[in-house]
Amino acid sequence: MSLRIHKSGLLDALQDSGRYGYQHLGINPGGVMDILAMKTANALVGNDAGEPVLEMHFPAAEIVFETMVLIALSGADFSATINGDPVPILHPIIVQQGSILRFGKNITGARIYLAVAGGYTTNEWLNSSSTHKQVKAGGFGGRSLQKNDILSLKKNKTTRVLLMDKPCMVYPWEAKVSDLYVVSPFKFIPGAEYFCLTETSKQQLKSGVFTIDQQSDRMGYRLRGESIGLESFRDLISTAVTKGTIQLLPDGQLIILMADHQTTGGYPRMGHIISTDFPSLAQLRAGEKFSLQKTNIPTAENLLIEQQRNLQQLQNACNFRLEEYLKNHQ
Amino acid sequence: MPATPAYHIYPCGDHAVTIELGDTVDAAINQKVIALFAYLKRQQLNGVKDIIPAYHTVTIVYDVILLKKQANDITAYEMICVQIEKAIDSFTAEPPTAARLMRIPVCYDLSLAPDITSLAALHKISIDEVIRLHTGKTYRVYMIGFLPGFAYMGTVDDKISTPRKPQPRTSVPAGSVGIAGTQTGIYPFNSPGGWQLIGQTPVQLFSVTREDPCYLQPGDDIEFYSITITEFEKLKQL
Repeated sequence: MSLRIHKSGLLDALQDSGRYGYQHLGINPGGVMDILAMKTANALVGNDAGEPVLEMHFPAAEIVFETMVLIALSGADFSATINGDPVPILHPIIVQQGSILRFGKNITGARIYLAVAGGYTTNEWLNSSSTHKQVKAGGFGGRSLQKNDILSLKKNKTTRVLLMDKPCMVYPWEAKVSDLYVVSPFKFIPGAEYFCLTETSKQQLKSGVFTIDQQSDRMGYRLRGESIGLESFRDLISTAVTKGTIQLLPDGQLIILMADHQTTGGYPRMGHIISTDFPSLAQLRAGEKFSLQKTNIPTAENLLIEQQRNLQQLQNACNFRLEEYLKNHQ
Repeated sequence: MPATPAYHIYPCGDHAVTIELGDTVDAAINQKVIALFAYLKRQQLNGVKDIIPAYHTVTIVYDVILLKKQANDITAYEMICVQIEKAIDSFTAEPPTAARLMRIPVCYDLSLAPDITSLAALHKISIDEVIRLHTGKTYRVYMIGFLPGFAYMGTVDDKISTPRKPQPRTSVPAGSVGIAGTQTGIYPFNSPGGWQLIGQTPVQLFSVTREDPCYLQPGDDIEFYSITITEFEKLKQL
């Protein structure tokens, strides 16, 4: 029961919903960049929502399935093929032993997620399987996957489907994610130093267009846009920051803290991207543009509850279809 | 210390809230921060995912969905604030526990201290004087941040207080001891960094295999003592 990395990708690592409860030690939560994609892929293969998944960036690894297994891809679309045949994202796919998963082109999104029915065998550190590369712990030995790594799978019962001699079969239903993701403008809650901005800079935040710089990664998205300035300002004392915090750098440009952000920071806090919009932002690539929109806490919370409700419906629908299908085909 | 510290609370995005207990870097304010952190941790407030003490703030990361499930008429933010206010009302600052004194060996040999020469020149003092001043004080760990186990300690003597380097290094070796403004700190890992490097410790500041992975904690008292390069190499082998 395993997968083998046939060719390594740019950055492919096991992640879960993050390692919380240790930020007082400087240990950042990490975890998936796009939590909606993680939960969707898990729902498609009948896993618990929080089961660790493989998060891959483009160009992604080539993977050989050393066992028959039910899989699902979600998040970005990297034009996946199995033994050369195109396969879609957001469908359960049963894959024959010995088949090879490859990716061609980065069509949409920045991160693709691979879930396997039953889940991966992972190294846990401080109650999480997220890969912490700095301390080399969690996930797969605390590192991204390399050529010839063998990723063991947990035992699972849902894979007993007759495949004849086909390398794979795509199940005929799709997870509808259109009402989970949002498009630009991304909404933010004003940060503690938002009110120190000049009027022109407030206007720039509201109507400006920001481009994601090449120097962007799982730690942070550096933005390029018109320079932003503060009215009055004194040196800040470092304090805790969170996923989505928008900081103003000394050069007048913004940085948005992403999943692998540091636990504390001393740059002015312009705002914080709301939780509902964060996964959509996390699927943008360097060079892509977006704008920002100010919102408030009650709105942010209501949007998150609505998204959660939609996600729950998706999970229920996926579970139902999978159970029905397996009942009729075993 | 007053029984109920003066504070103000503000949102840190839609899933975290910051409690500010002062507006300066000050040992007494930081002591309140650490006492409040310990107290809130013991309270096990509903829906709390993380509590992060810093110099003058405590930030609480919470689970919006879990809290909203319990009340529809108010926001999760309001619920967490009510819990915090209640906790703070009943928070009687306990007599501060005696700080733990940690003595840390540092080798100030030029081979491990790439910035000590320029720092001494900048302040027009000898390298020996830099070492004497750095080892001559007891520092307080104000907070852990930046990297896992990175302790922000203060405050260094004015005569060696030096701003960060204008261009950060792309790689600073683990164990490097640095100065940034009035702070001193030790890099637990190889990492990019802009602090002025004046020495290196053989002590391992962070270990994944230890139950308590960090060697230092907020509130600790720290003293540095100078060791030779031979002692450094020997201790590094341990």
